Amino acid sequence: MLSYVTRRIIMLVPLLLGITLISFVVIHLAPGEPTDLQTQMNPQASSELQDRLRVQYGLDKPLYVQYGKWLAQLVQFDFGESFASDRRPVLDKILERLPVTILLNVLSIVLILAVSVPLGVVSAIRRNSGFDRTTTILVFTGFAMPSFWLALLLMDWFGVRLGVLPVSGLKSLGYEYLSWGAQLLDRITHLILPVFVSAIGGLAGFSRYMRSNMLEVIRQDYILTARAKGLSERTVIYKHALRNALLPVITILGLSVPGLIGGSVIFETIFAIPGMGKLFYDGVMMRDYPLIMGILVIGAMLTLLGNLLADLSYALADPRIRHSQQENSST
Amino acid sequence: MHTVFYKLAFIPLLLLFLGACSNSEKNSLPGVDQTLAPEFGDTFIEASIGDASTLLPVLASDSASSSINGLIYNGLIRYDKDLQIEGELAESWEIAEDNLTITFKLRQNVKWHDGAPFTAADVKFTYDLYIDPNTPTAYAEAFKQVTHVEVSDPYTFVVHYAKPYAPALISWATAVHPRHLLEGQDVTKSKLARNPVGTGPYRFSEWLGGEKIVLESNPEYFEGQPYIKRVVYRIIPDVSTQFLELQTGSLDFMGLAPLQFARQTDTPAFRRLYNKYRYLNFGYTYLGYNLKKPLFQDKRVRQALSYAIDKQEIIDGVLLGYGVAATGPYKPDTWVYNPDVPKYGYNPVKAKQLLAEAGWQDSDNNGILDKDGAELAFTIVTNQGNDLRSKTGEIIQRRFKEIGVDVNLRIIEWATFLKEFINPGNFDATILGWTGGPEPDQYNIWHSSKTGPRELNFIGFKNAEVDQLLEEGRRIFDLQQRKVYYDRFQTILAEEQPYTFLYIGEALPAVSRRFRGVEPAPAGIRYNFNHWFVPKAEQKYSR
Repeated sequence: MLSYVTRRIIMLVPLLLGITLISFVVIHLAPGEPTDLQTQMNPQASSELQDRLRVQYGLDKPLYVQYGKWLAQLVQFDFGESFASDRRPVLDKILERLPVTILLNVLSIVLILAVSVPLGVVSAIRRNSGFDRTTTILVFTGFAMPSFWLALLLMDWFGVRLGVLPVSGLKSLGYEYLSWGAQLLDRITHLILPVFVSAIGGLAGFSRYMRSNMLEVIRQDYILTARAKGLSERTVIYKHALRNALLPVITILGLSVPGLIGGSVIFETIFAIPGMGKLFYDGVMMRDYPLIMGILVIGAMLTLLGNLLADLSYALADPRIRHSQQENSST
Repeated sequence: MHTVFYKLAFIPLLLLFLGACSNSEKNSLPGVDQTLAPEFGDTFIEASIGDASTLLPVLASDSASSSINGLIYNGLIRYDKDLQIEGELAESWEIAEDNLTITFKLRQNVKWHDGAPFTAADVKFTYDLYIDPNTPTAYAEAFKQVTHVEVSDPYTFVVHYAKPYAPALISWATAVHPRHLLEGQDVTKSKLARNPVGTGPYRFSEWLGGEKIVLESNPEYFEGQPYIKRVVYRIIPDVSTQFLELQTGSLDFMGLAPLQFARQTDTPAFRRLYNKYRYLNFGYTYLGYNLKKPLFQDKRVRQALSYAIDKQEIIDGVLLGYGVAATGPYKPDTWVYNPDVPKYGYNPVKAKQLLAEAGWQDSDNNGILDKDGAELAFTIVTNQGNDLRSKTGEIIQRRFKEIGVDVNLRIIEWATFLKEFINPGNFDATILGWTGGPEPDQYNIWHSSKTGPRELNFIGFKNAEVDQLLEEGRRIFDLQQRKVYYDRFQTILAEEQPYTFLYIGEALPAVSRRFRGVEPAPAGIRYNFNHWFVPKAEQKYSR
């Protein structure tokens, strides 16, 4: 098992290297440079200034030199400095945006799981019933609805017309003067709409997935055995069937690890939430190469780690995989 | 985001809202005494589409940073409400008779926010900082005309020029930076970028990245503490969200879009909360022709295209009437504007006639004019993200079609637009805009020496007389004399039509009714922000 993990981790290195190389080249293929965007169409900025900026940023060097320099910094865990006029370290910028992005994504996943698992299970047990059909329609409507549109409608309804929820942002003005409980309430009310809107799109996929898993499992012989033993339907479904149907969820959770730090631009823009999606989007628009690369590298690392974790936890959770691996490694 | 790139001059905060008030829609609440004595307190909350990039004015080139820096820092001078130059950190100034030397007498009671005294050494340091080749600033050009500066005593600052330079004075509206905190440091690494220290009416308090920036009034401000205690910039990137926030009353100020101004704010609930104002912006939108292309080298073609465009239709359709037709690079209510230039009213008959004179006829009867076997067809490019421009393009496209000109419209992402189209001169015509200020110098946009790559005369306009007028115009200080040069300049531009000057839009701000002392003037409404106040009874934020 240990050698398996080591092997997997070592394999990540060339993979990561390849990802960074491709990303680096692709980003530089996009027309326009950060210096153009900072100085052009500004009558006060001369051509010499643009040339000077290019030298300061190292953009005058050939691409492979730029990549080499960037890579040399990266192995020392230095993501470099942003090309934006604030020249802040890329890592600072990312760390500033990370907590709120993770918070929202975790809450959203929890909400998705909490709703879609029971939905999927009940839909599977009562396949083709009225309940099954209604939920199908509802979750797909949620899936098909553009999130920005839904967000604006909810903001207008709950924020402006009813006035019960804040429209946007994370905290109210004067938050720091509130009592502990009021602060918590303030945060929660600010999170309700964003979490709801970001979860609604994910409900469809997850609940359908859960439903088909469950259907698959219910057809298995051991469920028949369980029923034959005379176990109650409740025990059969929730103890024997559900556990097995939940196994593939591990894969999905593993795959959603990189999603935890990725945000949606549209969604963050609408709710005025300073998250990773907006940071990345602004970085791309400004051709802020170090920032874009920093986010991509962290994203790539998390994706690879997420895959690894999913595989490993699969092995832990499912004895069949664990055993077959041991046989493999012993041969 | 794109508005950032159209600045014609370094414009401090107040000037972002410049313009004469053509028509204030302010209506007083019945029974409310407008002559209340000013009172201190309350918070002013404003939304910004983007986060500020840096609070060091020397490095900032985005509008969010500029408007916040405008409250934190001061220049030596500024524009007053009538767009006349008045002293800020300078008590007075004197321009020598040869127009080559300016002597500033500085205020003596000014302190930096950290308590250190402000002196002429700070001004000299600021000058040195801007012209330092290692400072990545976009604002060094005006200072390059300076030969040397002197600090003759702690409160006297003298600037020398090699040639008279009329825009010189207003270039000293540039924010003065604190020498004692920046000297000997790499300015790009300075902590002041996120924790600024200025001399201005507001002190920096807090910056939550991507969320908000908070400023507190400066009790020791040399013109007296501003009445409004706190200013909060909330970063709300989406204008629909801003508008929803405005409707809940959680914003105190917002620049409205024409549609919002005209149709969505005309409710009793909105009027109870906000006053709306409107005044002309500095800046215009134009259709520029690439004069390096053979098609546009014939003046008659350019004139014909101008006749084919119905500017009023664009103003009504795109701006919902909140704008005026542009006839040249200046707006009508400024001293430099020349009303007596050739104008191009909508006249498709004349347009066709001019094109016929230039040899364009529909010989194959397919509805599109042709000459020597080539059809009269070209592409208009503009940047993505500006709805007004793309709509303008669509209207123009249809009007051109009517006179037999086949036009394609391409909308391209900004960075690509610059790199692939504007810089290499790889375009036929483009819809863009310029933002200016009261200073009429247009050297960088129209002089034939500015047609190089990445320069602003990218349409390749070359006219010997215009060159001469621009060179001489910027050397003359007397406005009456100066106007002669710019009047002629405007006449030539109107005759030549290198651009079809389309429209000048209006600023359409809404301000919470709590705030008193808002007095629209040629400079807009924000010039006297320090004197705005909220009567105690109406104050909303106690802390």
